[in-house]
Amino acid sequence: MTKKPGLSMYWASSCGGCEIALVNINEKILEVIDKFDFMFCPCLLDTKKKDIEALPDKSIEITLFNGAVRTEENAEMANLLRKKSKILIAFGSCSNDGCIPGLSNLYSAKDHFDTIYLNNPTVSNPGGIVPQRETEVPEGTLHLPEFYDTVRTLSQVVDVEYFIPGCPPESNQIWDVINSVIEGVKLPPKGSVIGAGTSTVCDECEKIKEDKKIDRFYRTYEIIPDTKKCLLEQGIICMGIATRAGCGSLCPKVNMPCSGCYGAPDGVLDQGAKMIAALGSILNLEGDLTEEEITGHTNKIMDSIPDYAGTFYKFSLAGSILKNSVRK
Amino acid sequence: MNTKRNENEFEPKILGFLCNWCSYAAADKAGTMQKPYPANVHFIRVMCSGRVDPQFVLKAYEEGADGVIILACHPGDCHYKEGNLKAVGRHNMLLRLLKQFGIEEERCRFDYVSASEGGKFVSVITDMVGTVKELGPLCLNGK
Ligand code: SF4
Ligand code: SF4
Ligand code: SF4
Ligand code: FES
Repeated sequence: MTKKPGLSMYWASSCGGCEIALVNINEKILEVIDKFDFMFCPCLLDTKKKDIEALPDKSIEITLFNGAVRTEENAEMANLLRKKSKILIAFGSCSNDGCIPGLSNLYSAKDHFDTIYLNNPTVSNPGGIVPQRETEVPEGTLHLPEFYDTVRTLSQVVDVEYFIPGCPPESNQIWDVINSVIEGVKLPPKGSVIGAGTSTVCDECEKIKEDKKIDRFYRTYEIIPDTKKCLLEQGIICMGIATRAGCGSLCPKVNMPCSGCYGAPDGVLDQGAKMIAALGSILNLEGDLTEEEITGHTNKIMDSIPDYAGTFYKFSLAGSILKNSVRK
Repeated sequence: MNTKRNENEFEPKILGFLCNWCSYAAADKAGTMQKPYPANVHFIRVMCSGRVDPQFVLKAYEEGADGVIILACHPGDCHYKEGNLKAVGRHNMLLRLLKQFGIEEERCRFDYVSASEGGKFVSVITDMVGTVKELGPLCLNGK
């Protein structure tokens, strides 16, 4: 029997949802195990880091790496799996663009520790104890991995062959990718986004678009939308226009706005900037308004979005052009 | 007249997006009027302020600009009807976003300057350079 190619999956700074998305391919997981030697996946299997360290370099065919790089340990595992894998795939929004963990880039490591361990109404910490990288105890020195000042995407840390976006990637898309490898389909050029489309969620969305301008934005709880019409044109911030196709417009299909989990489409560097460009085109500033009236009216419309960075970069802040806030 | 530059003074790098039909012509006018203004702003001519993709602005900061200024036609004067209105909305959103990233709003300015307003052009540019000078350099990503 010829040796089966190795498959591994790792979670760095992640939630576990990406593993669930993999097993959501249901009975097809048996085919995966039939065709691959599934050698490492801390969520599902018992193999350990030392087992991977013992492998020759490049001996894992494919590694699906989910999770962002928040800590020194995340970076260590990214480097180890890079070394041991032929094809390293950034799997899911966290490793592609930073996702929810990446939102913390608006604050420094110190801000985090201050809020979590010191200045928090539900925390009593009279000794002012915060995690230290090294702590002396009678038995010796204890080490904790560094909590970096910023969250990074996988490709900001190591070389990456492919990118599978989504929070989490859709199971049918995951299966398509695995199946094409099983069937020996020629892989796309290095650096490609796979398991997704190239255009936008709007292209997959069946809602009626009418080129309408809006007078205000609504948060989802403030409006019952017309289910046939484009949500954005009703004033609901739907990120579909700045988000890569691939999910089949799952959220708009059930009348929830797209929040952007597939990241930026082809040709777009920055999802938030793209969204700003799009929204700028749909504001109703018509009628002969004076400069002051235009400013006033624009402010009024804009005041209804409470958190711009959190709305426009919910999934892509660490991978955005600015990446993190200015550290003072 | 050239004033001698103080060696130690911070000289900000500012990127200016000028609309071909208004502020770019105003810059020309300021030139023929021989009105001096600080040389810190590098101008990029665009066909309309509505062409200024917010990505250009973020990219400018990433590449080391300390400030960005966008100058547009007055309301009603835009050659493409509402390019300047799109620019106002985008600028307004950018300001709110930049604030969350700790970037002062004075580093991103929008104004209307018509082709005949050479004087306004000079005062807006001079004011922008002065304000950014006072703010100091923009230090992004540990740079
Ligand atoms: S991409 Fe989404 S599902 Fe996957 S680990 Fe990150 S948060 Fe969880
Ligand atoms: S903005 Fe949203 S609702 Fe409108 S077409 Fe795009 S995905 Fe569909
Ligand atoms: S509609 Fe948007 S948020 Fe919803 S699954 Fe698709 S890409 Fe993700
Ligand atoms: S043509 Fe000048 S702003 Fe549009």
